[in-house]
Amino acid sequence: MLEWLMSHVDLNLLWFALVGILFTGYAILDGFDLGVGSLHLLTKTDEHRRLMLNTIGPVWDGNEVWLVTGGGALFAAFPDVYATVFSGFYMPFMLLLAALIFRAVAIEFRSKEPYGWWRHGWDISFSVSSVGAALLIGITLGNIALGVPLNALGEYAGGFWNLLNPYALLVGLTTVALFAMHGSIYVVLKTEGPLQRQAKGWMVHTIAWFIMGYILTTMATLLYVPNLTEHFREHPQFLPVVLLNLLAIANIPREVYNGQEMRAFFSSCASIVLLMLLFGIGMFPNMVYSLPNPQHSLTMYNAASSQQTLATMAIIAAIAVPLVLSYTAIVYWVFRGKVKLDSTSY
Amino acid sequence: MMDVTLLARIQFALTIAFHYIFPPLSIGLGVLLVIMEGLYLKTGNPLYHRMTRFWVSVFALIFGIGVATGLVMEFQFGTNWATYSRYVGDIFGSALAAEGLFAFFLESGFLAILVFGWNKVGKGLHFFSTLMVALGSMFSAVWIVVANSWMQTPAGFHIVSNHGVARAEVTDFWAMVLNPSSLDRLSHVLSGAWLAGATLVLSVSAYYYLKNRHLDFAKAGVKIALGFLAVACCTQLLSGHSSAMLVAKYQPAKLAALEGHFHTGPADLYLMGVVDEPGKRVLGLKIPGGLGLLLSANPQQVVPGLDRFPPEEQPPVQVPFQAYHLMIAIGMGLIGLATLGLFFWWRGTLFEQRWLLWAMVLSVLGPQVANQAGWIAAEVGRQPWIVYGLLKTKDAVSRAVGAEQVLGSIVLFSGIYLLLFVLFLYLLTQKIRKGPQDEAASKIHPPEAAGAFNPAMKNRPLLTGLNTATERTD
Repeated sequence: MLEWLMSHVDLNLLWFALVGILFTGYAILDGFDLGVGSLHLLTKTDEHRRLMLNTIGPVWDGNEVWLVTGGGALFAAFPDVYATVFSGFYMPFMLLLAALIFRAVAIEFRSKEPYGWWRHGWDISFSVSSVGAALLIGITLGNIALGVPLNALGEYAGGFWNLLNPYALLVGLTTVALFAMHGSIYVVLKTEGPLQRQAKGWMVHTIAWFIMGYILTTMATLLYVPNLTEHFREHPQFLPVVLLNLLAIANIPREVYNGQEMRAFFSSCASIVLLMLLFGIGMFPNMVYSLPNPQHSLTMYNAASSQQTLATMAIIAAIAVPLVLSYTAIVYWVFRGKVKLDSTSY
Repeated sequence: MMDVTLLARIQFALTIAFHYIFPPLSIGLGVLLVIMEGLYLKTGNPLYHRMTRFWVSVFALIFGIGVATGLVMEFQFGTNWATYSRYVGDIFGSALAAEGLFAFFLESGFLAILVFGWNKVGKGLHFFSTLMVALGSMFSAVWIVVANSWMQTPAGFHIVSNHGVARAEVTDFWAMVLNPSSLDRLSHVLSGAWLAGATLVLSVSAYYYLKNRHLDFAKAGVKIALGFLAVACCTQLLSGHSSAMLVAKYQPAKLAALEGHFHTGPADLYLMGVVDEPGKRVLGLKIPGGLGLLLSANPQQVVPGLDRFPPEEQPPVQVPFQAYHLMIAIGMGLIGLATLGLFFWWRGTLFEQRWLLWAMVLSVLGPQVANQAGWIAAEVGRQPWIVYGLLKTKDAVSRAVGAEQVLGSIVLFSGIYLLLFVLFLYLLTQKIRKGPQDEAASKIHPPEAAGAFNPAMKNRPLLTGLNTATERTD
């Protein structure tokens, strides 16, 4: 089995794709969690805030596992990428961790005490950390897309302030808008009555913000990030992906206009998938693009684990992924429908 | 400027020590939840149902903080120990990825049903979820302990040059997974986790009994936890002994440090003592020839001392020695507690022994301290190596990270963890003070309760909403 995989499959490409799929899964699933969090403070009553929390109550934890597993898969399949990115982006990642901890704790603790100051404090913490996490994820992606300085050993050679460049910040803000839009559609699907009416208002606004961010990011990418667009110029067969992405995004306001929120949500999911796919095609075969010395770039070939490890993990993934998908499906099925508060809710 | 290696070690020690309060509790409590809910399904006695619900709510609190602090651990290999990550990624990474795929998804997926699903799924599926959560939490220990054991006793690999930099690559996956210390260390870690869960339930139940509250709940809790404690004590003793034998065989320098054995020759066994490192001796209470006796039933057995190793390959002695002996002392204390508990239970006078019940209340601290001490002994005793015999700790840190960055994140995480710890203790105390809910609030399908709850909540002004919200059982 191992030998067959090693001789017949481009395992590096397979794991490039699988790591991408794990992070895409994270963006879709935790994307709406973070979006719900960033909209949380717009609701005013305690009941509405509890409803907001409980729309993601049973699932946020499992959704975050996609990040943990994505990180683990990156470590396993491309240890040099993992080591370079995590040590190079030291402060942003520490802040991301702090944000994710505060968010988890805020969800867990908020409704455990009745005091106004307690709940309000955790509400703020939940919202700020959700926005912060989305922003930091976007900034990281933006920097990877733009390219970062690497030395001949493939180690990060820039400073902290390099990471806060205008392009990365733009991608960061667009990510916040994308997740807020994704989350607002999710809230519309999971609630009813006054809260749902309020969420419909958010939906319209966040769609506008996201589309604005998307246009600006696209223009900035075309103008300033030639390494990401080069592939599409050289291989026009990938242009349909660009078109599909455009259609998926354009379809979101169309479905919202027609009152088809479920379809709008799937369009939003498809937009995330296609954005990640564009990113993956643009990067290929690089995983960390080195600027200004492209010859130091970490690629899916020079930064990978051994063929044997990639093959072993492919077998592990082939066993585990169907299981993971099946219990994710069970959980979403059990908690389908509009959210109701009961004695077990947050 | 402080040393990056030292700072990175302090940060790792701090974050792992805090994290490691929680997973053992969820592993141990997970098994007890299976027992409690199993008893409920078998007997139909609502007492067990109340018990399961109370402990599920405690489990959820513990699990939440365990996940939040665990995320830090996974990031930290890359942020602070990038060189190590490059060196072991081929080996360590697959264990970590498998942990995510097999354990974390199982755990977090079914936890949703365990905690939030009481009114949504039938009894059978709920019990199945409890079982899966317990299994998932044990799986997560499997993979991380395999990875750590590989760092103690590397196997199934070869060293290759990867673009001019040396790294370890797997040659035999199963030899790597089942490296010489994996199974013993895994059973030792799991037993420690069971002890942590057992003493938590034991402590709270005994406390209720002593305070004359929830008596039936308290008595049943003490018995279930005591039984589980006794089982865990047995597996702990066995796995502890075989772990020590393994250390003797594969990590003689560590064994010498654990026992303060400086000079090669017949070895004594210390019950307690103080290491005089400059004077290369231990002052304390000892069984002459005791170590040889334990290892090979021969008090004259020649055991290699620290003098066999060049100074730059010797671990520090005082810290591993004290941590190791503290762990053993606590382990013996727990065995004593379990034995006395079982004896009085058999005599039928368990609940008349108030002093013993008070000891049970305090026992919750025992496994916590022993688990930490055990890790310290294992990890400090491996120094100066991060991967035994292959890679030194000082060569493993991130090259792209400066001391001030590590210091900054230590300050950040110390602050956050302190806050988390205070909040955790506060909420746990609140939960214990509130106690298990009576039956009316915790029926599996309470149509009237659920129905009454929601309309009452609707469109209420903030304050009334808050009052209603305090009635939640969780």
